[in-house]
Amino acid sequence: MSAHASHAPNRSGLWDYLTTVDHKKIAILYLIAGGIFFLAGGLEALLIRLQLMYPEIEFVGAKTFNELITMHGTTMIFLAVMPIIFALMNAIVPLQIGARDVAFPFVNALGFWLFFFGGVLLNTSWFLGGAPDAGWTSYTTLALNQYSGRGVDFYVLGLQIAGLGTLIGGINFLVTIINMRAPGMTFMRMPMFTWASFITSGLILFAFPAITVGLVLLMFDRLFGGNFFNPDAGGNVVIWEHLFWIFGHPEVYILILPAFGIISEVVSTFSRKRLFGYSSMVFATALIGFLGFMVWAHHMFTTGLGAIANTLFGLATMLIAVPTGIKIFNWLLTMWGGQIRFPTANLFAVGFIPTFTIGGMTGVMLAVPPADYQYHDSYFVVAHFHYVIVGGLVFGLFSGLYYWWPKMFGKMLNETIGKWNFWTFFIGFHLTFFPQHFLGLMGMPRRVFTYLKDQNLDMGNFISTIGAFGMTIGTILFLINVVVAAKSSKRAPADPWDGRSLEWAIPSPPPEYNFVQTPLVRGLDALWVEKMAGNKGMTPAEPIGDIHMPSPSFLPFLMSLGLFVAGYGFIYHNYVVVVIGVLATFACMFTRSVKDDPGYHIHEDELEEKGVKA
Amino acid sequence: MKGWQQYWRQFSLFALLALVLTGCGKDELSALKPSGPVAAMQFDLMKLSSAIMIGVFIVVMTIFTYVLIRYRKRPGQQGIPKQVEGNHALEILWTVIPFLLLIIMAIPTVTTGFALHKEYPKEEAVQVKVTAHQFWWEFEYPDLGVATAQDLVLPVGKKIQFVLSASDVKHAFWIPALGGKIDTNPGQENKMWLQADKAGIYYGKCAELCGASHALMDFKVEVMEQADFDTWVANMKGVQAKEPVTATSPLAAEGQQIFDKSCLGCHAVAGKGGKMGPNLTNFADRERVAGIKAHTPENIAEWLKDPQKIKPGNKMPNLNLDDTQVKALVEYMETLSVSEKK
Ligand code: HEM
Ligand SMILES: [Cu+2]
Repeated sequence: MSAHASHAPNRSGLWDYLTTVDHKKIAILYLIAGGIFFLAGGLEALLIRLQLMYPEIEFVGAKTFNELITMHGTTMIFLAVMPIIFALMNAIVPLQIGARDVAFPFVNALGFWLFFFGGVLLNTSWFLGGAPDAGWTSYTTLALNQYSGRGVDFYVLGLQIAGLGTLIGGINFLVTIINMRAPGMTFMRMPMFTWASFITSGLILFAFPAITVGLVLLMFDRLFGGNFFNPDAGGNVVIWEHLFWIFGHPEVYILILPAFGIISEVVSTFSRKRLFGYSSMVFATALIGFLGFMVWAHHMFTTGLGAIANTLFGLATMLIAVPTGIKIFNWLLTMWGGQIRFPTANLFAVGFIPTFTIGGMTGVMLAVPPADYQYHDSYFVVAHFHYVIVGGLVFGLFSGLYYWWPKMFGKMLNETIGKWNFWTFFIGFHLTFFPQHFLGLMGMPRRVFTYLKDQNLDMGNFISTIGAFGMTIGTILFLINVVVAAKSSKRAPADPWDGRSLEWAIPSPPPEYNFVQTPLVRGLDALWVEKMAGNKGMTPAEPIGDIHMPSPSFLPFLMSLGLFVAGYGFIYHNYVVVVIGVLATFACMFTRSVKDDPGYHIHEDELEEKGVKA
Repeated sequence: MKGWQQYWRQFSLFALLALVLTGCGKDELSALKPSGPVAAMQFDLMKLSSAIMIGVFIVVMTIFTYVLIRYRKRPGQQGIPKQVEGNHALEILWTVIPFLLLIIMAIPTVTTGFALHKEYPKEEAVQVKVTAHQFWWEFEYPDLGVATAQDLVLPVGKKIQFVLSASDVKHAFWIPALGGKIDTNPGQENKMWLQADKAGIYYGKCAELCGASHALMDFKVEVMEQADFDTWVANMKGVQAKEPVTATSPLAAEGQQIFDKSCLGCHAVAGKGGKMGPNLTNFADRERVAGIKAHTPENIAEWLKDPQKIKPGNKMPNLNLDDTQVKALVEYMETLSVSEKK
């Protein structure tokens, strides 16, 4: 065998996707898996809201309700929006920095499969005797054996496996963005979405180890009687809260920063203006990331940390309002003086601004500890965090999907359906969550499966449930739109929106090697700079030549499958199964280490368009 | 009066109006209808912070609306808009102004924060020890030598110093109309003080997910005049010192027999009985059955027949009582009163 095989392996269909290491296909995998989990989480939300439509009704009952809220929260955060963010990062970041690939394509695939199998493991709990029911925060002692069933074991192992995937995914993006930028793409010329992905990946690197440690301790408590969190045996219940929130608070910024990045791209493109205050945007993003680590205890104001700790954490939390405010005003000023168009992508971006502002405002209100003693664990908080994660993040993701869909799949999403999608979702959203602010202040605690008749809570809850139907319709319209786009035979142009950054310089969908020739970047908004200079495309930074590609591999799938199997072994205390699963994973790692796999080359004369087939 | 204070007034008025329009909830329950100094301080902070935030929101929305109308792309529009890099003056402006607003909020945050965390010794406040259980509340008055469950009895206008903990999982103790809220951590003690300025009944809640019946872990706060409170304490003490109330009718006597046999292991009455379940010494005076149901014989009977149906997951077993036993028990339990009123 020569050192380099010279032909691209011919693989197709399912097998292709099971073995791919191409970041664009991995993006599609993330999108499909995240989409499915999003639907599951949405269905759970709808059932929750139906149970709360009227006071004192029996619809799903107390135990199932607790399983529903737990799985809804866990699924939405870890298994729905995280992967959709990773989908967009995978699809777009390498293109935006002019790279042929991510730094570690194999690891990228491994990250996806770990996430996927972790998520599947968690969700099988529904069919294997009951889902976790201690809330997505799984506070001890409720989450210990004495008080909750096997469901929490699924939570512990599912999240551990999925979290590993997220962690290595984040590391991959850090390295990619540091090392793989095209010539001329300095840090201060990177598009905002890439910047946001970069900082988000940094947060992942520091935040996920905290939850990993927490989950290991909880696993020891549950499986081996570790007593870390059991007060009857000298354990401490508050430590879990700290570990959880040292991860959990940055997690919120891991989620929202990419959305900020998307909004920056979309608002600027559809105003036909460069982003106002680019460098202050970068600075604000980094500052939010940093402060995000300093404020976790604001989730614990009522835990009893004392006046000094509460006050300091409260004031630190308020500070985040300053960089966030900078961002809002910069977006407004980006639109100022522009020529604003309103395709669906921009409708979601524009709808994001007031909605997220409200979420930010209630966030500052929550940062006042003495007032938080009233808000905490009430529906006010439910309203607040949905304004941030749905009004901010999900709006941002919809915006990004409408914006980049043509680039990812080579098909345009339908604008008429898109507008219906936006309006039903937007109105449904506010109807659902606005009344919840008042429900909370009027004395409704969160995570309650019912409320009593004589407490004036009926009206708000009823409106809220009606709104949830609006959001459901919006989501269904999006699915219809996807089907319509897939069926249409019209191909999307390379640059449908008059874009500004590098991803619009190559065909839609991009060929597997992305750029035939690595582009030379000559300023912020690299493609726009060339357009203004009257050039048809990017100036290449290298001559045309053979392109080296990594070979596909089935190992990431098998490695993750091994851990998946080991997970069940732990849950059912069957250590033979654990050993088999872990050995399978190690065997794959060993194979990967000793097998020489130099990849292959695409020859110069083969360089026609090789799009990803969606 | 300085100008900006005037503005706050207007904003808070506006905010209040908005709240009134949507209804502020029930007096006994709503954090928007404070009935004591703690809730009032907290409400003031809510008004201040929401006023500032609504002000910010109005500014953002004004610019937002103007921009969207003024700069939407018109048909036939030519040319490319000016590419503006930024504007240092503006960027500094919207960094500094929020900063100043935060300082305005920070000052009362600090002062109120410390005021709420003061601890009052027994000379200045009634001490109450709260223990949360799945899914009921236990209240002890260590200095007065009495204990009750589900219904918390307090004197009006006095500071109450709570010391709180939990026996099983984490719960949170919340009386919105009097002030919120603190977690009850198993294995640790937390402190909080409250005060009620008006006599009456208030609703309390458990605010931390604690298992299946978390939603049903309500309790009642009965706030009475000092004199009535003193009588209540004296009566409780009197009853707790003696043997359980002797039954007043043959049916009640029958009930008491069943009770002594099947219930006393977990529930204390007067000076005697277990602590697994709520203390029932003043059961007949309670507002609610199990913290949630109206206090009627039918509801008591329903509870006795199947406690799991009313509060799923609670620790009281089904005693498989037949209808006559239930009837006798209800009759007996309705004699467990310490007040002359009932
Ligand atoms: C269809 C849209 C949605 C509806 C109607 C909805 C509704 C709800 C409801 C009613 C709760 C329970 C509140 C309680 O009693 O504590 C809840 C909890 C939660 N939701 Fe959503 N939600 C939606 C979307 C989302 C999304 C997209 C996310 C995240 C990206 C999310 C994250 C959460 C979290 C983290 C919790 C807390 C779960 C817990 O307390 O353990 N939700 N949601
Ligand atoms: Cu509770």
